[in-house]
Amino acid sequence: MARPGAEGDSAAMMNSRRQHFSPIAHLGDATLRFVGDTGAMFLFLLESTGRIFSSLGQFRKTIQQIYFIGVKSLSVITLIGLFTGMVIGLQMHYALAKFGAEGFLGAAVALSLVRELGPVLTAIMITGRAGSSMTAEIGVMRISAQVDALRVMDINPIGYLVSPKLAASIICFPILTAFFDLVGMAGGYLTGVLLLGGNGGTYTYRIQAYMKLSDVTGGFIKSLVFAVVVCTVCCFMGYYTHTRRDAVGPEAVSQATTAGVVTSCILILLSDYILTSLLF
Amino acid sequence: MVHDETPDIRLEGLTIGYGKTAVVSGIDATLPGGKISVILGGSGCGKSTLLKNILMLNAPLAGRVMIGSHDLNKLDRRGKHCLRQRMGVLFQDGALLGSLSLGDNVALPMREHTRLDEKTIRERVLDKLALVGLEEFYDYYPNELSGGMRKRAGLARGMVMDPPLLFCDEPTSGLDPVTAVELDQLLLELKKSFNMTMVVVSHDLDSMRTIADHVIVLGAGKVLYNGTREELETTTDDYLRRFLDRRAEERTSPRLTMPALDYKVMKRDCSKYLGEG
Repeated sequence: MARPGAEGDSAAMMNSRRQHFSPIAHLGDATLRFVGDTGAMFLFLLESTGRIFSSLGQFRKTIQQIYFIGVKSLSVITLIGLFTGMVIGLQMHYALAKFGAEGFLGAAVALSLVRELGPVLTAIMITGRAGSSMTAEIGVMRISAQVDALRVMDINPIGYLVSPKLAASIICFPILTAFFDLVGMAGGYLTGVLLLGGNGGTYTYRIQAYMKLSDVTGGFIKSLVFAVVVCTVCCFMGYYTHTRRDAVGPEAVSQATTAGVVTSCILILLSDYILTSLLF
Repeated sequence: MVHDETPDIRLEGLTIGYGKTAVVSGIDATLPGGKISVILGGSGCGKSTLLKNILMLNAPLAGRVMIGSHDLNKLDRRGKHCLRQRMGVLFQDGALLGSLSLGDNVALPMREHTRLDEKTIRERVLDKLALVGLEEFYDYYPNELSGGMRKRAGLARGMVMDPPLLFCDEPTSGLDPVTAVELDQLLLELKKSFNMTMVVVSHDLDSMRTIADHVIVLGAGKVLYNGTREELETTTDDYLRRFLDRRAEERTSPRLTMPALDYKVMKRDCSKYLGEG
């Protein structure tokens, strides 16, 4: 995607011409755009964070976004959490049975969910469900002059459109992640205990015995980071839909939505690796 | 609210465009306060770009826009905020927020910028909606309204803060002749009742003849005319005359050089549906 405000830039046009002939120029152009976009995204995040508490009206908008991002994601998170827990329960049961360690099933399911799968899968699911619609909503508003209308009404578009979404994401992601973890553990119980005949008491006892507070806080921190990443990337892509080089109009909205979801997913996995290295 | 003093808008040595590409250069004009100024010109001549510069959505490449005694280039953040709150804008298709009802759309600037309670805001919104004949549509959403209704709703939103400056981008484009005339009458009524400075971007000649006090014609990357409507009507300039008389440029060669398409080349034979079989 193009840097904000870069349209019509003759230097950029020269670059795009050169890139057909030189792979080095292509690499340089891509690097410059990457650095520019990263900087712009960081400033975008700073501004949207700064405007979360800008007025009392933000509270009402944040509540609406909590309903959209959180409440409406609950059913899909339940479904995915349940089946993820059931599959882990099944796989772990067979793996642990080889060593005669079926009793550790509860701990294995809970730790893999709380430390890793819960935050990551929840973030990816919310990206698909809510992140894509954030990009599309803001993108459509951008191409239909609604963002300009906000500006001429002296309403900061980032504060009005993005800040409530960011606040709602920061609230919803950890709660949905915790919910995913709980449902996943119940799914593991369903397969490990009810279907495969494991001991229910051992299952829950091992969870309590092996789960540390640091595991829970690690998962919580991850979900907070993912909330900021997903919301910032998706809103940024929508907000700068009109500066895209690859498409214009409605097609630009669809391209921005795809880019928002793909970039979010990549950044979720990348930041997950970094956070896991630092936290555990 | 009737404004005692309405500011002039002065364009001084203005060059507008995108990136480094100029669309219109050397604009020197004064849009008089308390009057309706129409910016006229063909498609793509830079009318809307000029409006965006006046509205501070784009920065000029050179020159300056003065509103009253304020140079928009030199305004600080606070100054821009204050000025924007005194401007009303009707965008080409209304630009209403799709997720809000009509009432909420019109109420939005009041909720954001005033300390008025909800009851007062509702009363004032209904008043403005009544002005444009839409008071019964308070709870409707923009996608439930026709194009003309959306434009009128956009006008109500632009008017809700009682601004001394009103800007309209193509207010009559895409409207049927009756609705277009109604909208023109409404603009005249607003000017008379509230003593506003209005800037209307349009390529609708009938509308210009109905509402304009002052006209600027853009074309070929420059200002072709800047003066009163009456003087424009008597112009002898060839381009302006053709524009005003709706005459196309005479061509020396025929426009169609290819024979009509033989429908036998179509991939699907539809001749029996067209009575050719």
